[in-house]
Amino acid sequence: MNTFKIDLRETKSINVLDLKGYLDAHTAPELEKAFQKLIDGKKFSIVVNCKDLTYISSAGLGVFMAYIEDVRKNNGDIKLSNMSPKVYNVFDLLGFPLLYDITKDENEAIQRFAAKK
Amino acid sequence: MKIKSQTEKLHLVREFISEAARKYGFDEEAVGKIALAVDEACTNVIKHAYNYAPDREIQVNILKSGPNLEVVITHNGKSFDPEAIKPPNMPDYLRHFRHGGLGMHLMRSLMDKVEYKSASGKKNEVHLLIQLPAGSSRS
Repeated sequence: MNTFKIDLRETKSINVLDLKGYLDAHTAPELEKAFQKLIDGKKFSIVVNCKDLTYISSAGLGVFMAYIEDVRKNNGDIKLSNMSPKVYNVFDLLGFPLLYDITKDENEAIQRFAAKK
Repeated sequence: MKIKSQTEKLHLVREFISEAARKYGFDEEAVGKIALAVDEACTNVIKHAYNYAPDREIQVNILKSGPNLEVVITHNGKSFDPEAIKPPNMPDYLRHFRHGGLGMHLMRSLMDKVEYKSASGKKNEVHLLIQLPAGSSRS
């Protein structure tokens, strides 16, 4: 059974969201809640690890668009890492790599936050 | 297949379409594209044609149409004019942090042809066409 799950952890003061399963119009509200909770808690340095994300539709992409401006206004960022080629292709098709910092692995994303400080 | 107009049914549509597309000889990359395009079409129906009413029906049919695979999504909700939705200028869209409205753009990018047919007061159809792979033998 295909499902969607989000785990939150903190590493080196960076908030990492691990996404698992499919992100579509049904599951996108769960990611919205996770981002909103981080923003409410004034946590603006966010890495989304997509290692186990198997699918994304425009509803999922829309969630990233909905929060990136708020996060950047607060000197933070949403960086994405560990995407499968299938998921990356959807981001790429719409030109999202122009706006989002997408790294091969999570450590690279975390180091980029450290380099900015 | 027929589903109720609920987003929780979208994964069933993707599974159904993926299995059918494999039988027509599409590789996994193409299967993923077709499933995504059909997901976007059904999501638009749920959101815009049925305004999230959960008890309406969406019919999804697959057929061979000349050199193409054709997926037909049928509903009896609100019709809309696809010409009214212009393809977004993506660099501008991203620069201004816009969101929403990407489903139609994705469908057009992923498939060879997207057509809307509407019989006033009756049913509306979204037709998604993509060229069959060379040597596809399924009829």
